[in-house]
Amino acid sequence: MPGFWTAGRVRFALALALVLLLEALCRFRAIDRFAMIPPSEILWHLGRILVGGTMGPAIAKTLTNVTIACVSAVAAGVILGTLIHRWRDLRETLDPLFTAYYGIPVYAFYPLFIVIFGLGDVPQVLIGFMLGLVAVIVNTLNGLDRVPRALTKTARIHRLGPLATALQISLPYAAPYIFTGVKLAVAYSFIGVIGAELIMSRTGLGYEIGFAYNNFDNAVMYPLIVLVLAIAATVNTLFFLWEKRLLARRRP
Amino acid sequence: MKALRAAILITCVVAGWQLLFWWAGPGSLTSPLDTIGYTIQLLGSATFYPHLAETGQAFAVALAIAISFGILIGFSLGLYRFAGEVGEPVLVALYSIPKITLYPIVLLAFGIGMPAKIAFGAIHGIVPVAIFALGAVRNLNPIYAKTARVMRMPPAQIASHVLLPAAIPEIFTGIRIGFSLTLIGTLLGEMFASQRGLGYLLIQAIGLHNVRIIMALTLLLVVIAVTASALLLAADRRLRGRAAGVT
Repeated sequence: MPGFWTAGRVRFALALALVLLLEALCRFRAIDRFAMIPPSEILWHLGRILVGGTMGPAIAKTLTNVTIACVSAVAAGVILGTLIHRWRDLRETLDPLFTAYYGIPVYAFYPLFIVIFGLGDVPQVLIGFMLGLVAVIVNTLNGLDRVPRALTKTARIHRLGPLATALQISLPYAAPYIFTGVKLAVAYSFIGVIGAELIMSRTGLGYEIGFAYNNFDNAVMYPLIVLVLAIAATVNTLFFLWEKRLLARRRP
Repeated sequence: MKALRAAILITCVVAGWQLLFWWAGPGSLTSPLDTIGYTIQLLGSATFYPHLAETGQAFAVALAIAISFGILIGFSLGLYRFAGEVGEPVLVALYSIPKITLYPIVLLAFGIGMPAKIAFGAIHGIVPVAIFALGAVRNLNPIYAKTARVMRMPPAQIASHVLLPAAIPEIFTGIRIGFSLTLIGTLLGEMFASQRGLGYLLIQAIGLHNVRIIMALTLLLVVIAVTASALLLAADRRLRGRAAGVT
């Protein structure tokens, strides 16, 4: 559709209309104040919380754990993916595990991790790590499958060892596919860490949301929910844009 | 060969579990044999059955909602190109946000109990079904819709008799992913918003530090999830094979 109403603008207008509708419903008491506070007040409280700095440690804790989970999932995923790709038998044995993996409710392991590692950061990071890991492995395998034979042969002619071949030839070639895994790992580590914090923890944004909910403290709960969603959406969008730029550079 | 590989994989998992048990000690987890025994005992007990039934019921309703609404949303966005352009990024964004943070809102809207669990399961499952249905409809060969229009089929009938059957294999992949997410969503809903169900038993066992129940429930859930996803995957491959045979 040509002209002023591009898809992006329509999307923005719809979102704005939804927020205004919520605002009106809250203002005219169609939605009870106990259930929800108007969006304008949520934003105001969010600003107050961010400026006041009371949530600073919780935000820092959550973001740190998400980063650790995500970075380790990507690193371990790429390394394991590369290794698994080299051993055909290992790969075919693990394949059913990979396909069934995302059918397993990973949170079910959280209680177990708490029992083993105690109620610190480790269980939460581990949940985020586990959610992200297999997405990276699967996409690394998928990318390495597509490396043309000519490239691997060239590497052999130049007498590159397995490590050098992986680092200089196959992994760079597979990068766009691995990036799909990275994007999923980012989203999954957010979901894993914050979910685990909500289920049971002592700090972090997820914990604070649960705490505010239990105290009927809507003036804290809603701003924090909006904050979490905004952070996750921003990070995901940034990765999406970065990927677009990488892909654009690759195309001749 | 396939069965041998599966056997090797299962043996390795159980062996790793046993090693972990020896390393961490009985205070942290139970041994494989003990866990299997307790799970069977749990399955036989009369007090456990209502929880299982409750979870099954909530999950079934949530899955039905997720599939039907997901297909409806995916179809509406897929049939109109511009609507798809507007809606698809929203769906992808919804897929990647931690929906678990929405549980207080779901609880405030539905109260504690069955409806909240169902809603929580459904919002987890609806998005992947919609994304795959959207992709399926958009990638359909346009000749199908054109032929149907030439034959003057009414739009509703085109959707139900031509487009839906043609898009089924792709949609089924979405349902397969939606299935596991709905299960996770329902269990999470039970952890927060319920007095019954497997999720409730799990969160209660965490509170009481009851390792045996935690291990038994985890084993049960993993077995259910792996079996279901293996069955769905087999069905998925068959559907795709059949579709590939037609064209």
